[in-house]
Amino acid sequence: MTRRIPILEIDGALLVTVQVDLDDHLAVQLEEDLGDALARSGARGIVIDISGLELVDTFLSRILAQIASMSRVLGAESVLVGMRPAVAMTLVELGMTLDGVATALDIDRGLGILRTRLERST
Amino acid sequence: MGVQREHWPLMSAADVGDARRAVHATARACGFRTADAVRLATAASELARNALVHGGGGRMTLSQIDDGRGIRLEFRDDGPGIDDIERALVDGFSSAGGLGHGLGGARRLVHDFEIESRAAGGTRVVVTRWRR
Repeated sequence: MTRRIPILEIDGALLVTVQVDLDDHLAVQLEEDLGDALARSGARGIVIDISGLELVDTFLSRILAQIASMSRVLGAESVLVGMRPAVAMTLVELGMTLDGVATALDIDRGLGILRTRLERST
Repeated sequence: MGVQREHWPLMSAADVGDARRAVHATARACGFRTADAVRLATAASELARNALVHGGGGRMTLSQIDDGRGIRLEFRDDGPGIDDIERALVDGFSSAGGLGHGLGGARRLVHDFEIESRAAGGTRVVVTRWRR
């Protein structure tokens, strides 16, 4: 059985709340599933909530950056929300700065960013 | 009794996840600060993945030293080894198509970092982080 992270669709946006440790396979699976979900649903935005994640290493931060690029290419905006301060500090020390990834403190602010960006682009 | 040891296999992505969660939980149980537990567990994740991806699998030994004032992690694999360790520690170097922040990044997240790699095969990395 393939383990998967659930993807919810709310008001034309996809919402992913990561509540378990994302190992490499699960992270790659999430990237694929989000690509499929974007194509299928026609959603124009993604919010990924990682407040449940204890750590983000170089592999996962690369996947998160790829998800942002992929959604852009598919005509959608994405926002990464809820990163814990300790995780952010460690990522910066690792030399990973998540360039090109929009971030926000929490889901509400993330949805706000999506709304603003989508209004601007229509 | 100053040392407690645990062995973790590193034969799959799920094993890497289990190993890094064990490091995080042990660091918290030993009284490491939140950010320091994350630093050590993140270093463990990078090194465990290296053992899996470049070493074809290996194992991690997690030791609490000095009655939990420090945690030492040893990663061993029997892979082809690293030709040029100095180069491998520079950010941006990668042999597997990654971004190359793994090994050098892991070194910055710990207090003590030792690496040996033999041409005959096998890499051993030992890192230590102390509670502050």
